[in-house]
Amino acid sequence: MTRRQAIRRYNRAVVVLSLLYVALLFAAQIAIGRYGLSGTAAYVVAVLPALPIIGIFAAIGRYLVEERDEYLRLLSVRQALVASALALSVATAWGFLESFDLAGHFDAYWIAVIWFAGLGVGSCVNKFMATMEA
Amino acid sequence: MKNRLKDLRADRGWSQVNLADRLDVSRQSVIAIETGRYDPSLPLAFKIAELFGLAIEDVFTSPSKEP
Repeated sequence: MTRRQAIRRYNRAVVVLSLLYVALLFAAQIAIGRYGLSGTAAYVVAVLPALPIIGIFAAIGRYLVEERDEYLRLLSVRQALVASALALSVATAWGFLESFDLAGHFDAYWIAVIWFAGLGVGSCVNKFMATMEA
Repeated sequence: MKNRLKDLRADRGWSQVNLADRLDVSRQSVIAIETGRYDPSLPLAFKIAELFGLAIEDVFTSPSKEP
């Protein structure tokens, strides 16, 4: 595998899985929301949009394993750690607020959304650290 | 960790991209190593030293010997 193949493979996987996510979310909303699908089938269909998101997590894991450039791998790991810290911190704080009836209910899938936003924060942290260390 | 990578590269008239290609790493990596922001792994440090035909300690300064 050449040096840039890992990132190309990751980018391709993210695009395909994102499109699949939109299609499955749309299908699940129609099946359950419009046609009132229920029972076991509803559970299966409701989980379907989560699968491409889980696939993106797996693609990130594969990228970290396949990336041959150790410095780029370090930056990506740091980015993922920042994202994880942010998502888990928000989830934990919100959980306590919710349990003391001080905040409304928070759908758990938002944790993944915060995690992806955290990747952006992680990228800023990488740039900031590069500036500080230069 | 301090190193002579920038000087060694300049002596040979190589750009950062040239060096990155020879080491099979990104230009970002070369910049990070040259500026001492990133300490390469032992295999990469060997690869760098071998590319210049030098020993590792001729390219990188041991932290214990830094002033």
